[in-house]
Amino acid sequence: MFISLFGAVESGIIYAIMALGVYLTFRVLDFPDLTVEGSFVTGAAVAAFSIINGIPPIIATLLAAVAGFIAGCITGVLHTKGKINSLLAGILMMTALYSINLRIMGQPTLSLLNETTLFGQLEEMWKSIGLDSMLNGILSALGLEQLPSTWAVLIIMVFITFAIKILTDYYLKTEVGLALRAIGDNKKMIRSLSANTDSLIIVGVGFSNALVALAGGLIAQLGGFSDVNMGLGLIVIGLASIIIGEALFGTKTVVRATLAVILGAVIYRIIVTLALRVDFLETGDMKLITAVIVVAALVTPKIIQSRREKRRRIWKRQQLRTGGDGHA
Amino acid sequence: MLKLNDVSVTFNEGTPDEKRALNNINLELEKGEFVTVIGSNGAGKSTLMNIISGVLIPDVGDVYINGEQVVHLPEYKRSKYIGRVFQDPMAGTAPSMTIEENLAMAYSRNKKRKLKLGVTKQRKELFKQYLSTLNLGLENRLTAKVGLLSGGERQALSLLMSTFTEPDILLLDEHTAALDPSRAELITDLTEKVVRESGLTTLMVTHNMQQALDLGSRLIMMDKGQIIFDVSGKEKEKLTIQDLLQEFQRIRGEQFGDDRAVLT
Ligand SMILES: Nc1ncnc2c1ncn2[C@@H]1O[C@H](COP(=O)(O)OP(=O)(O)O)[C@@H](O)[C@H]1O
Ligand SMILES: [Mg+2]
Repeated sequence: MFISLFGAVESGIIYAIMALGVYLTFRVLDFPDLTVEGSFVTGAAVAAFSIINGIPPIIATLLAAVAGFIAGCITGVLHTKGKINSLLAGILMMTALYSINLRIMGQPTLSLLNETTLFGQLEEMWKSIGLDSMLNGILSALGLEQLPSTWAVLIIMVFITFAIKILTDYYLKTEVGLALRAIGDNKKMIRSLSANTDSLIIVGVGFSNALVALAGGLIAQLGGFSDVNMGLGLIVIGLASIIIGEALFGTKTVVRATLAVILGAVIYRIIVTLALRVDFLETGDMKLITAVIVVAALVTPKIIQSRREKRRRIWKRQQLRTGGDGHA
Repeated sequence: MLKLNDVSVTFNEGTPDEKRALNNINLELEKGEFVTVIGSNGAGKSTLMNIISGVLIPDVGDVYINGEQVVHLPEYKRSKYIGRVFQDPMAGTAPSMTIEENLAMAYSRNKKRKLKLGVTKQRKELFKQYLSTLNLGLENRLTAKVGLLSGGERQALSLLMSTFTEPDILLLDEHTAALDPSRAELITDLTEKVVRESGLTTLMVTHNMQQALDLGSRLIMMDKGQIIFDVSGKEKEKLTIQDLLQEFQRIRGEQFGDDRAVLT
């Protein structure tokens, strides 16, 4: 139980980078970008292909992000210059990327099991610090028997993900970033304030997909393989993370919203892990579970809201009938 | 400062809906001139504004700003020279961003946007000073989201955002029309004040004839895509609503047909 939850948090913190990317398009730019399902795999494919061909894992991981950036920019160009509807532009790019990803990998699946990955290297460095035995010592003192084999991935990924979050927060507060946010809020206004909305959208969608592909490259190295279908249903996972996070932690400021997205991604992984422990559910049901989570997260606040409204009206009516002034 | 040469615009050319919205418009504004624009519904006033700001490209004709031909400059590039306030109070601000963030975006209108913070300590002080000129207490609400403001407050903010960087040209398209009378008066007063203090070259469309007479140094009347009447200086000062209506009838041979025209 503890081990599978540990694994959930570990991959959740990586998927959080993907969710931040989805947040940038869906929420900040108001651009429902489906490129993500393809660019995630592109990231995985580029990282795997590069590592197998002897490129240092850190460079391979950065190349993954670059590939995602290019893919996103193309979607942005299709939408702004080609005047293609944003959803369709993303779907077109996602479809095209499927073939491109196959080309990159040369086969549907690439294994990294015999390669040194970024995490492999980090674990080696980590071991020399000796924090694992200390942390595991605490856990076994708490009575846990199965202990995680390494803390390296979790702790280092927390640092990386939060570094990305802080950079994103800063970017969204710069002069350029403010204009980017205004695109999703009031495009007519920001154009009248001399912002080139087309190029902002292109760069914004590019940046979003860079994060998604980075996550893809890391997940491939964590799991030890890249598969051409590993992006399937990813957009819903990203949305689920955002919606769960926003519902639990709010969106008052950018800093808060991006934190919410990260926590949402981790909580989503935990929910899925717990759901899969239910006897009659199988791994293949994961997508269905995800869809149900998103629907629940979307519908519940509305139900609560309308309940509250209804109660307020009933209360107000009673107040009027009993001659109260309507203010308690 | 601003010059339009033989500008014509036709919508839906070659279809049954064909509409000549502007017909050979010639207009020249001197620096610092404050021109009010009146005309019945569909006269082409908004189209004229859109031609100047680059939202629309004319079929024929030239547009010059500061002597530079801008007819092929896209809207966002022309915005460097032009400040705009729209009729819809929601149109000029970003609702889910804060007051200070909105002002920071406006602050960048005539500069290149960079990767440095939009809202800094110094700018906050500057924004506070500007906001206090509105007398709405907004200087104490810098971090409030603009979506929480009333229509009048948002329009005042829009006006401030489009003027505090002192654009070469200020375009106001019925920017008080969607507000209740007291709010409209507030925005009118603010407009008069800022245009006077900064000496902005201004084109203001209004359907309120009295307002068109009270404000500005020059008045033009549009009808069916043409400028049919253009007065300035002493001549404008003497003008009354009655004169305007008579003038229209003399030129057009028909009554000034606009239910919305406010004659008070
Ligand atoms: N985008 C458009 N497509 C077709 N016709 C338009 C469009 N915009 C304006 N028109 C028409 O052009 C004429 C002038 O419109 P407009 O400039 O908005 O008038 P005003 O602002 O003076 O009321 C009107 O007859 C209007 O119906
Ligand atoms: Mg109009």
